[in-house]
Amino acid sequence: MAEEAVRKKVKGDWKETAMKALFIVAAAAFIAALLVICAFIFVQSVPALKEVGVFEFLFSDKWNPGKGEFGIATMIVGSCYVTAGALVIGVPIGFLTAIFMARYCPRPLYRVLKPMTNILAGIPSIVYGYFGLRVIVPFIRDNFGGYGQSILACSIVLGVMILPTIISVSENSLRAVPKSYYEGALALGATKERAIFCTEVPAAKSGIMTSIILGLGRVIGETMAVVMICGNQTRFPDSILDGVRTLTANVVLEMSYVEMGSVHESALIATAAVLFVFILIITLLIALIRKSSR
Amino acid sequence: METETIKKSLTEREETQTDVAQIVSINRVSFADKLRAYMKRPFSFALLILVLIAAAVTVGAVAYVVLYALIQGIPHLKPSLFAWEWTTLNQSMLPALINTLLLAFFALLIAVPIGVFAAIFMVEYAKSTNAFVKIVRMAAETLAGIPSIVYGLFGMIFFVKLFGWGYCLLSGICTMAIMILPLIMRTTEEALKAVPDSFREGSFALGAGKLRTIFVIILPSAMPGIISGVILGLGRVVGETAALLYTAGSTCRVLGLMGDSRTLAVHMYLLANEGLHVGEAWATGVVLILLVVLINGLAEFVGNKLKKEYN
Repeated sequence: MAEEAVRKKVKGDWKETAMKALFIVAAAAFIAALLVICAFIFVQSVPALKEVGVFEFLFSDKWNPGKGEFGIATMIVGSCYVTAGALVIGVPIGFLTAIFMARYCPRPLYRVLKPMTNILAGIPSIVYGYFGLRVIVPFIRDNFGGYGQSILACSIVLGVMILPTIISVSENSLRAVPKSYYEGALALGATKERAIFCTEVPAAKSGIMTSIILGLGRVIGETMAVVMICGNQTRFPDSILDGVRTLTANVVLEMSYVEMGSVHESALIATAAVLFVFILIITLLIALIRKSSR
Repeated sequence: METETIKKSLTEREETQTDVAQIVSINRVSFADKLRAYMKRPFSFALLILVLIAAAVTVGAVAYVVLYALIQGIPHLKPSLFAWEWTTLNQSMLPALINTLLLAFFALLIAVPIGVFAAIFMVEYAKSTNAFVKIVRMAAETLAGIPSIVYGLFGMIFFVKLFGWGYCLLSGICTMAIMILPLIMRTTEEALKAVPDSFREGSFALGAGKLRTIFVIILPSAMPGIISGVILGLGRVVGETAALLYTAGSTCRVLGLMGDSRTLAVHMYLLANEGLHVGEAWATGVVLILLVVLINGLAEFVGNKLKKEYN
């Protein structure tokens, strides 16, 4: 009887160890995936960087694959403008909506609102792109001038696209804040808004930050919506009504007709590598911010 | 004499009782009171207004995008759009639809276990000061930020060329699985963290092992959060175009795992790019949106059911 119990326990321990090992392997898969992706993207971009020169590639504003000119300065600037525009529109609206959903929304309304934001999250970027092309672009063309395919159009469409990410992640983190924070603030005489913005929001900071990182990642990574509405001109924009070409748009536009194994192909992969470096810098910056805020 | 005092005390009691009924609680706040309180604190009032405006804008955006797509697309939803074979005449989306479902299923089959297991390790086993954990978190955050087009390029270099699979569904599946990993891990992590520690302590106190605690107590409690993560992942797979254009290919037929396959979103992109089939493009968009709504509803339903069962 006792022996059996012991054997059972040992058997259980074996299972525990095996599953723990499995969990560790799953976690390690993330590191492996990142390393492999890094290695392949960077190695494949070396030929172009050698041929053109790193400085020339990054700071020349001439992109003309036919003549062997590969400079992506205009696209770096384009990506930055579009990303900034989308965040300016998406982050405040998403953050405030998350607060509404977590703390103001009456239950019946919440039952309608939550699925709505889920729908927004599910709408494919290509639909947003087509919507932008058919609705936002003509609207801007008719009301503000220009061709319509512009930084402004991209900012609006991408701003809406990141809303659900920001809302759902921020809302979850706000809900995870213990109720006593809110009640304590109220008991000290704070208004509801003060209680939320001054006690709950700081407590949910890491989740809100995460939501912005995810949103930022989505904007920078967005390709299909952008390529349809950004205009794709390789020049420096003078205003938000001018068209730009982003790094992502450059890759997807030219990948379809690029010659296999040519410098052009390598230059496109190098464009992706630059994008990758941007992501690394952003991730690092945010990690530093989070560390210092602790 | 005695009866009189009794009577008196009775009437007194009645009086006090009626008094109780008439008492107005002092902390009852009417709308006017709220308004007055807000007027004293204009900053709070401004914040309230901002919050309400933001919520209204969000609702407006959802309604506008969805309704516009539906109005443009539904008149073009004809039976010929769902013919078995795609031709240049009918622009059928059925092959693309089947490819999308296959791709999403297999990508999730790979990504969900890995993502959830990794999250379990991060939350339940590892101490947050551990160097390995820090590296994994950093890797996940970086992966989450990598643009889908970079995944597409990587898939093309790695699966299509290096493995020699060519443009095929399998290349697309593997690319998408890597792409949604971080999303699933992060949402699962947040969900696991939101489970109160008393659940774990209670389970251990009742003699359950770590594994049993995780699978019987913690995962079910965290299920809604995990499922909402899977929904987001699914939405990304179904709607992904950039990462699939150069991995899964663009042939509008169902050719199995090793065949060049066009998914629904790629189908819509190609239709939109040609500019010849505006109505069909919107109809495809409507199907994409409906698909997502349907999946969302189902997943949420399952999540709620599981939650109830274990509560």
